Amino acid sequence: MAKIVLDTLRHSYMPNPVQDSDWALKQLDLQWDDGGAYALLGPSGCGKTTLLSIISGLLRPTHGRVLFDGTDVTDLPPDRRHIAQVFQFPVVYDTMTVYDNLAFPLRNRGVDEAHVDARVREIAEMIDLTHMLERRAAGLTADGKQKISLGRGLVRSDVNAIMFDEPLTVIDPHLKWQLRSKLKELHQRVRTTMIYVTHDQTEALTFADKVVVMNEGQVVQIGTPVELFERPQHTFVGHFIGSPGMNVLPCEIREGRAHVAGTAVDTATTGEIGALTGEVRIGVRPEFIRFADKGVPARVVKVSDAGRFQVVEVRAGDLPLKLLVPEGMEIPSQEARLAFDPTRTQIYRDGWIVA
Amino acid sequence: MNKTFDNKAWLFVLPVVALVAFNAVIPLMTVVNYSVQETFGDNVFFWAGVTWFEQVLQSERFHDALLRQMFFTFSILLIEVPLGVAIALTMPRKGPWVPVCLVLMALPLLIPWNVVGAMWNIFALPDIGLLGRTLNALGFDYNFTRQPGDAWFTLILMDVWHWTSLVVLLAYAGLVSIPDAYYQAAKIDGARPFAIFRYIQLPKMKRVLTIAVLLRFMDSFMIYTELSVLTGGGPGNSTTLLSIDLVKIALGQFDLGPAAAMSLIYFLIILALSWVFYTLMMRNEQQ
Repeated sequence: MAKIVLDTLRHSYMPNPVQDSDWALKQLDLQWDDGGAYALLGPSGCGKTTLLSIISGLLRPTHGRVLFDGTDVTDLPPDRRHIAQVFQFPVVYDTMTVYDNLAFPLRNRGVDEAHVDARVREIAEMIDLTHMLERRAAGLTADGKQKISLGRGLVRSDVNAIMFDEPLTVIDPHLKWQLRSKLKELHQRVRTTMIYVTHDQTEALTFADKVVVMNEGQVVQIGTPVELFERPQHTFVGHFIGSPGMNVLPCEIREGRAHVAGTAVDTATTGEIGALTGEVRIGVRPEFIRFADKGVPARVVKVSDAGRFQVVEVRAGDLPLKLLVPEGMEIPSQEARLAFDPTRTQIYRDGWIVA
Repeated sequence: MNKTFDNKAWLFVLPVVALVAFNAVIPLMTVVNYSVQETFGDNVFFWAGVTWFEQVLQSERFHDALLRQMFFTFSILLIEVPLGVAIALTMPRKGPWVPVCLVLMALPLLIPWNVVGAMWNIFALPDIGLLGRTLNALGFDYNFTRQPGDAWFTLILMDVWHWTSLVVLLAYAGLVSIPDAYYQAAKIDGARPFAIFRYIQLPKMKRVLTIAVLLRFMDSFMIYTELSVLTGGGPGNSTTLLSIDLVKIALGQFDLGPAAAMSLIYFLIILALSWVFYTLMMRNEQQ
């Protein structure tokens, strides 16, 4: 187990990166505490798999260092970093039994058979594979194979961190939930640092204590699921997390107050906003807008039922907005007014939040 | 599944039926026809029953040819399959050298078989051939036209040169289809190169290797052209494999009956052995 520090990490797949877009990872400084459950969340191509490969040692960063418990491991090969990884597509050794698969990492390290046996049985018990130990690994379903992959990581007692690279991609939807809670439970039990890479917000938010949101090769926000939801540091986080995502609207600043579609709106931003330059926007999640007697005038365009909520699309002037209305609440038929929750409405300049 | 019945389908099937009939079934039936009859020329035939089959199966000549054939086939399988896998393992998986290697490997496969035979014949001639002269210069008493051992050596060398590429290409195809994640997982699990070969590469190559073994088995069992040009079955009968013997009986002695019977036995042996090979390998797969 170890505390992982990424120090001014940059990486490019090109030999001579020149412009900004040549970098797969732009600049990264991160610190992951020992025993935490972290998620790396971002859209495809944002650099999260690159980052994972750098941590596991499959890739050497162009610039910067990787530290495990203060030791520089940047130049160490994967097997000497004592990490484990579960890949997107299940990797099992087809010809071996489940037992031999789990024993493989230990046997490669010359552990004596008695200890191997004890360890394999213990881990098999944890991941519910005890009854399948003698089966050929090739015959298992995708979720069983992913459990084996995970087990091969857990079986080593010296593992610094276990990394998951979108491990639920090939799992059936109804098993995803089950496997996810199993992971969470295992984390509570073994307390190994776990890093979970995904583009699925539900997976990230349910698994991790802290989520690192990445976009275009850089970190946009690190925070607990609640922080990401209530106070997105960047409009990207607002869009990416939440369903539907945050409303980001152009706004005007007049007399020190933000105006949306000509109407003044109170926000959580406390600082001076009168002198803001650049592109100023206001961000508010659909959850934090409601119909009211006064506020921003709008017109209801479309209502879609999403179970316990209704997603209402409206237009305030030309601006499209979405809001969530609980099931059973009345929705104005045409003209309406919208009230934004002032504690949950933020101002963004050039994408970034204004304190 | 719902089957649709439509007699128009016959229209589409009939051309294939006709084609297969003309190029496979009918010629095969003429062979069957010859194999059960005796003729003294003038297109007059007498019923002979299974006489020819009995004669072939009991003849020492056939047994010897079959044994030589077996020896040849298993020798080249034992050499070509491991060698092919070894070469495939050393080939680059990515980069500009990939097409170069692939083309180099494919070259022997593109040369007409009789040319291969002629090339090796000249190459191995003790007085003018590069191989023959070199070996003799090095002090070996090498003469493939006179010494059976040398003839066998040349024959096997020629086949290895000609056909190992096929195994290489198939094994290589199997290798490149292994996702990187397997190698990464093995690295993380601390697997040594041999363990990677034994538990990842070999199992993943199994299907293509099955095909490689089957193809090489069938082809080598039927080898004729290269061998006929290289040694013609000699010296003596020392490299007379089944196909050469068959041609000698059919066209040399014009014994149509025994030749036909031998053809059928030959065919059935290949069919049976291929089937056994395939079943054994596939049964392993399912376990």
